[in-house]
Amino acid sequence: MSTEKMEKEPLFSAKNIKLLTGPVNLNNPITVQVLGICSALAVTAKMKPAFVMFLAVTVVTGFSNLVISLLRNGIPPRIRIIVQLVVVATLVILVDQILKAFVYDVSKQLSVFVGLIITNCIIMGRLEAFAMGNKPWPAFLDGVGNGLGYGLILLVVAFFRELFGSGTIFGFEIIPHSLYQAGYENNGMMILPPMALITVGVIIWVQRYYNRSLIEEK
Amino acid sequence: MYTNGYIFRYAAILVILAAAFLSLASVLLKPFQERNKAIDKMEGILSAARVEGVNATNAIPYFNKYIVEELVINPKGDVVSNYTKSPKDEAPAFKLDLKMELYKKAHNKPYVLPLYIADKDGQKIYIIPMRGTGLWGPIWGNMALSSDLNTVIGVYFGDQSETPGLGGEIKSAKFKDQFIGKEIFDKNGDFTSIEVVKGGVKKLPTGQRIHGVDALSGATLTSNGVNDMIKDVLDSYLAYIKKNR
Repeated sequence: MSTEKMEKEPLFSAKNIKLLTGPVNLNNPITVQVLGICSALAVTAKMKPAFVMFLAVTVVTGFSNLVISLLRNGIPPRIRIIVQLVVVATLVILVDQILKAFVYDVSKQLSVFVGLIITNCIIMGRLEAFAMGNKPWPAFLDGVGNGLGYGLILLVVAFFRELFGSGTIFGFEIIPHSLYQAGYENNGMMILPPMALITVGVIIWVQRYYNRSLIEEK
Repeated sequence: MYTNGYIFRYAAILVILAAAFLSLASVLLKPFQERNKAIDKMEGILSAARVEGVNATNAIPYFNKYIVEELVINPKGDVVSNYTKSPKDEAPAFKLDLKMELYKKAHNKPYVLPLYIADKDGQKIYIIPMRGTGLWGPIWGNMALSSDLNTVIGVYFGDQSETPGLGGEIKSAKFKDQFIGKEIFDKNGDFTSIEVVKGGVKKLPTGQRIHGVDALSGATLTSNGVNDMIKDVLDSYLAYIKKNR
């Protein structure tokens, strides 16, 4: 009996922690795997929608990984993508309904992008690559980790876009009025999606500068 | 290993479970969502009348306080029903679906229209709800007219999916504030609507500038959508407006 207990892995073993932290930096879904870019460009004009999107995606990746991992031994391989889609779509609709019920103004801002979480490549990617072949708990951690990695980039991008585009952070005015009177103006370009792409590019640059292992060999 | 029978059974059970789960969630969350939509509508109406300090938490008491009459009118300008009781969100006018009514209008079927009358510090304000099409999806709004049914007190716009930073700017104060003080009738009493002018109102002759606002640069199609929405909707209310001026 005691040997069986010894074999059981603790909930937060080093391996499991790595599932959670890996996607935040060295295996980041946006900056390293370059997945989920479209929604990252669309919802990062302000911090608040970016934060809600981060929560929504984390919930969906975490729980879809968990559910698929629980079902993994019963899913017929021929319809596995359909099964994954049904699970993801159910969770996304649920998240959308909850947002509409409790944070209506944010749900209005996110509009179609919550629905489009269904097509977010990160989710399907994690289901296929991880949840189909791993136990529920590690799969859940992997999903949450990828959500965190996605959300971190979203928040960093939204921080710079909101600061320079609107002069606010989470809706609070940061840039003092005296600066506006001195001739400073918000940069309208920062509100538009192309600047999000450039910001993501700068983040990738900075990340690779500090993590030389990410740079591809010629 | 997996027979066709198994696959069909698996798919059927999964889908039924998912559907049952979502139906349950929808039923449970519906009252909250309906309430949010009603509050949003109230905020839009009060915002057009330029009532200060309205937000999601105080919209219901403010709406009950400022809105004194909610009318349903027909295209001939007659009042079909008149509601002055409280709570104001129980009014037939408030429950009317403008999208449905405008759809009936487009198909030459009989339709009715909602009209709100507010009392703001003794000033009588008529608020007309509007709905039209932008570039990517529907746009909507409200226009508040003063008691002469000519001068604009304020407007409110909303959109589903106009481009942020371009067409989405119809929601900005800078665009909306231009409408304040504009007039929808000229000196002869002819209906002019309010034109959203590409290139700016300075292109209009001096006398007509009171009937125009600047279009948004980079958002011609959304601006045209706003222009058409105002013209079409005011046109439907014209009979009532003319009768009561």
